Amino acid sequence: MFSWLEKNPFFFAVFVFIFIAYAGVVEILPDFADRARPVEGKKPYTVLQLAGRQVYINDSCNACHSQLIRPFKSETDRYGMYSISGEYAYDRPFLWGSKRTGPDLWRVGNYRSTDWHENHMKDPTSVVPGTIMPAYKHMFNKNADIETAYAEAFTIKKVFNVPYDAENMPKLGSWDEAKALAKEEAAAIVGQMKDQDVKDAFERGEIREIVALIAYLNSLK
Amino acid sequence: MQPSNALNYDYSVAKYFMFTTIIFGIVGMGIGTLIAFQMAYPDLNYLAGEYGTFSRLRPLHTNGVVYGFMLSGIFATWYYIGQRVLKVSMSESKFLMFIGKLHFWLYVLVIALAVVSLFAGLSTSKEYAELEWPIDLLVVVVWVLWGISIFGLIGIRREKTLYISLWYYIATFLGVAMLYLFNNMEVPTRLVSGMGSWLHSVSMYAGSNDALVQWWWGHNAVAFVFTVAIIAQIYYFLPKESGQPIFSYKLSLFSFWGLMFVYLWAGGHHLIYSTVPDWMQTMGSIFSIVLILPSWGSAINMLLTMKGEWGQLRENPLIKFMVLASTFYMFSTLEGPILSIKSVNALAHFTDWIPGHVHDGTLGWVGFMTMAALYHMTPRVFKRELYSKSLMEAQFWIQTTGIVLYFASMWIAGITQGMMWRATDEYGNLAYSFIDTVTVLIPYYWIRAIGGLLYLVGFFMFTYNILKSISSSKPIDREPVSASPMAA
Repeated sequence: MFSWLEKNPFFFAVFVFIFIAYAGVVEILPDFADRARPVEGKKPYTVLQLAGRQVYINDSCNACHSQLIRPFKSETDRYGMYSISGEYAYDRPFLWGSKRTGPDLWRVGNYRSTDWHENHMKDPTSVVPGTIMPAYKHMFNKNADIETAYAEAFTIKKVFNVPYDAENMPKLGSWDEAKALAKEEAAAIVGQMKDQDVKDAFERGEIREIVALIAYLNSLK
Repeated sequence: MQPSNALNYDYSVAKYFMFTTIIFGIVGMGIGTLIAFQMAYPDLNYLAGEYGTFSRLRPLHTNGVVYGFMLSGIFATWYYIGQRVLKVSMSESKFLMFIGKLHFWLYVLVIALAVVSLFAGLSTSKEYAELEWPIDLLVVVVWVLWGISIFGLIGIRREKTLYISLWYYIATFLGVAMLYLFNNMEVPTRLVSGMGSWLHSVSMYAGSNDALVQWWWGHNAVAFVFTVAIIAQIYYFLPKESGQPIFSYKLSLFSFWGLMFVYLWAGGHHLIYSTVPDWMQTMGSIFSIVLILPSWGSAINMLLTMKGEWGQLRENPLIKFMVLASTFYMFSTLEGPILSIKSVNALAHFTDWIPGHVHDGTLGWVGFMTMAALYHMTPRVFKRELYSKSLMEAQFWIQTTGIVLYFASMWIAGITQGMMWRATDEYGNLAYSFIDTVTVLIPYYWIRAIGGLLYLVGFFMFTYNILKSISSSKPIDREPVSASPMAA
């Protein structure tokens, strides 16, 4: 049998493929049937939060911070209630991470404020002495990409039926409406910030990356 | 054709890939060393503004080493081994020659695009699959070209039976193709909405499902790039270099099919205590332990190939590299299953033990084997002696020291970190704040960085040795049968 396969590359390849692929079929497919349902009360990210999430991804915050609280007392004491599957139903991609050089952030919105995040991104050691996290000053002078975030929200609404505009769910609307909503949401955050450049830019109608990022981090609860 | 007539193999594509192996090795390991020092001394984050932070460089390091260095090494050895075990020269087929060259140049283009886009902070955030969708599509093209090269060469072969190395190359090709396609399924947002960035996309999967597919890929990229393709190399190069036949055909058979059957399940061990179903976590854990059998099967097969010939270890540093590679393979395929045991995983997950584990596999097993392969190929491809044996010896010891410093420090760091996270005081409250668990690790980060630096220094010695061999070493008139000729 095996020596025959070694002389027949086509069948050899087919056999290898079956040997490799079966595990995926057994392991992955059943899960797809029922694991993507949101828990009660979970809402999709707003456009501003999505833009912030993109900042988080682009600067690979997930290289050092996890977003998955394991069901251990030490973790629930430290970070809050352990994670459950339905909470991640709107996370595309998931951002669990694989390394905790810094603490978990899945419920960071419960215990850190806008002000804290602002200081942390500008000068991490000012709020956490001894931290090895670098400062992310460029987030204070680059604009968040609201347009792409809107494109993303629009896409997931259309392709994956994410319930924007439904009852009690975030409103998406047209691009102009979404822009106005994002501004409104950003205004609340900018109001709590100290950085004058960010405030000035907002007056001119620009939303800095840091504002979107904080909107995202504050939404993690 | 008479078996005694040596074919005139065409190594031009192999040569190209040998050079990229070296270049991307330097780049990838250089960045790795830099980010290791950044963790010990954070001020190094500010060397290049936003482009120099740890978080930007980390995906560059992983992509550079995995897809730049290791894949180049895999391709280089394929374009060398493939012709020889199939007894057919690439120069016999204009088509395959063209495919090979196209494969190379497109590959270089993809890597260049990857470097630029990752520096710019364009990422999908999925580990080891960070590239944005247009580059993903190019990757698929490159991979298909490699497939054409594999099956094309097989199609015109003179040797009827496929040698063991070919089994593993075929498996690498098929496994990565399947995993890559499914994990990178994404919807480009611009195509649906007509606005925003052209590069942006959203994953087809959400939350737990996305994690499942990602780690099904993430771990099995390790399987089919770091493991399967490297076994392909050692099954060819160790018997060739030592002049010894492979210890057992049956063991090869058992370990190959066993590995294929079991490996894909192991991805689940990345998700222990996460939100995926418990049965899946358990299966991931169990199959990871079962995986010891086929892994050790290959490694033992290799080590026993040296039976009665251990004296060669003294004479030939190349054998030393390969034997140590097999040993590190055994080491990390024992460590992996240990880390997959639930109670151990509870302690080690998210800690520095994990990068430690990855690196004793990659530095010890993959790195050593890839360098040994290039050392073996150089005299045969460039028809010159290896430049210096003593330099090779020195490199071996420097790099081995580097690896030991690396994994030993990360073990201690990881266990310290895990224990401190869970430590409680007499009232049951957490004993340490998170920052305590960071600052306590700084000394280990220094040791790790120095270990990494030693390995990098060794790689520079390797580069120098290869370049000197090509440029100014003694020409050889006949291809050596076994042991590579090398000047003292």
